[in-house]
Amino acid sequence: MAYKTPADLRYAKTHEWVRQEGEEVVIGITDYAQHALGDVVYIELPAVGSTITAGESFGIVESVKASSDLYAPVSGEVVAVNTALESDQAPINSDPYGAGWMLRVRPSGESVELLDAEEYAAFVAEIEH
Amino acid sequence: MLKRTPLYNAHIAMGARMVEFGGWEMPVQYRGIIEEHHAVRNRAGLFDISHMGRFMVRGPQAEHFLQRMVTCDVHAIPLGQASYGLLCRPDGGIIDDVFLYHLPDEFMVVVNAANRAKDWDWFQQHIDGFEVEIEDRSDRWAMLALQGPQAEHLLAGAEDSTTADIGSLPFHGVAMTTIFGQNALIARTGYTGEDGFEIFFEATHAERFWYGLLALGGNAVQACGLGARDSLRFEACLALYGHEIDETTNPYEARLGWVVKLDKGDFIGREALQAIKQTGVSRRLIGFEMVGKGIARAGYQVQRLNGEPVGFVTSGMPSPTLGRPLGMAYVPTDLSSEGSEFDIIVRERPVRARVVKMPFYKPRYKR
Repeated sequence: MAYKTPADLRYAKTHEWVRQEGEEVVIGITDYAQHALGDVVYIELPAVGSTITAGESFGIVESVKASSDLYAPVSGEVVAVNTALESDQAPINSDPYGAGWMLRVRPSGESVELLDAEEYAAFVAEIEH
Repeated sequence: MLKRTPLYNAHIAMGARMVEFGGWEMPVQYRGIIEEHHAVRNRAGLFDISHMGRFMVRGPQAEHFLQRMVTCDVHAIPLGQASYGLLCRPDGGIIDDVFLYHLPDEFMVVVNAANRAKDWDWFQQHIDGFEVEIEDRSDRWAMLALQGPQAEHLLAGAEDSTTADIGSLPFHGVAMTTIFGQNALIARTGYTGEDGFEIFFEATHAERFWYGLLALGGNAVQACGLGARDSLRFEACLALYGHEIDETTNPYEARLGWVVKLDKGDFIGREALQAIKQTGVSRRLIGFEMVGKGIARAGYQVQRLNGEPVGFVTSGMPSPTLGRPLGMAYVPTDLSSEGSEFDIIVRERPVRARVVKMPFYKPRYKR
């Protein structure tokens, strides 16, 4: 199964993506992650102004089948939250790299190991084998 | 090595997401659990359930033998009818929940996939002294479930003889018929809370039946995976072995007392079950809704409002039909009446939940 892995993003092994936009980064979950989860029906995200810590849970997504943690790829302060997802989670599945974005963060420096698109695609292929 | 049904290649070809279930590699979804769920509630869905076990029990004492093995009254199942039953241990713990189909000259017992070997051994251990032969037909026959309000109408279009009239088959009725030119056994049984059928036939015809049934009504039938099977049975509050019932639970606390016929004569577990019924149960399976924010999942702890741990969640999910998180749990009897409140530990925090009526979704069987 081929999953979208845009070349301009970096990826955590916990299946979140990071897009650098100036001083800030945008965070969401990958196409592979949304596919593995199935239809997301509920999401909990942190508030604007809170801080997230690289490698630690910053929220949860729930599908019919499972509840999954969202892990912070970077540490930093949350400057924006995609609150539209609280009432309609469909974009997480239909447009995970676009309208399904979750947080905008001002990074403080620390991050987990981040893969480029090619490395991440290979990582996913290995999980799926 | 995981086992595969005769439809494994068809599932892969259709892009199903495959998962492990009870030692089997099975499709969990094709287009999405929610879409498949609604297809069954509103139209019709098709499930490959060939992973379930199918044992044929025959011989002069077939009924007599089964009467000793299961809790329901096998003598009361007329020819051409099916009945739900339980296999219990001598202490009343549930070994498996099964469906018994009374066929001409034999009974077919359909058992859970994960319990196939265990049930087979259990039958063999108790067969001595009975003039009975048991044949495992699980691999030779495939099994599909066509479920939903349009199932009857659609399946009638596939039936090409007058040997059985699907429309006149009663609830839990079973009959031989001819579908797509092949012999098939059809039963008005299922596990979704909707009207529907389970279809048994030679495994060599599996793809013919699978693609043929999906094409009915101009491709009106949705292929459904185990994900939707679980969410559908959950809303109808049908027990799932390993969740609501297992060897540590007894039928009375699982609200399956109606399946236990204490006055039918002796059977394995009868004495213990009679005692449990007399003394009463200390805990009970209940349905709950979340008062606080969160979704309870299987295994989450239940505690009293004072923090005392008293039970656990057996199944929990956001209900696709009702649009909110619901669950089932074992709680002490004093917490089991409608409106009782307790906390469930969701991600290390207590979240308030309240007992509601079961089933969450009232089954729409055709009787």
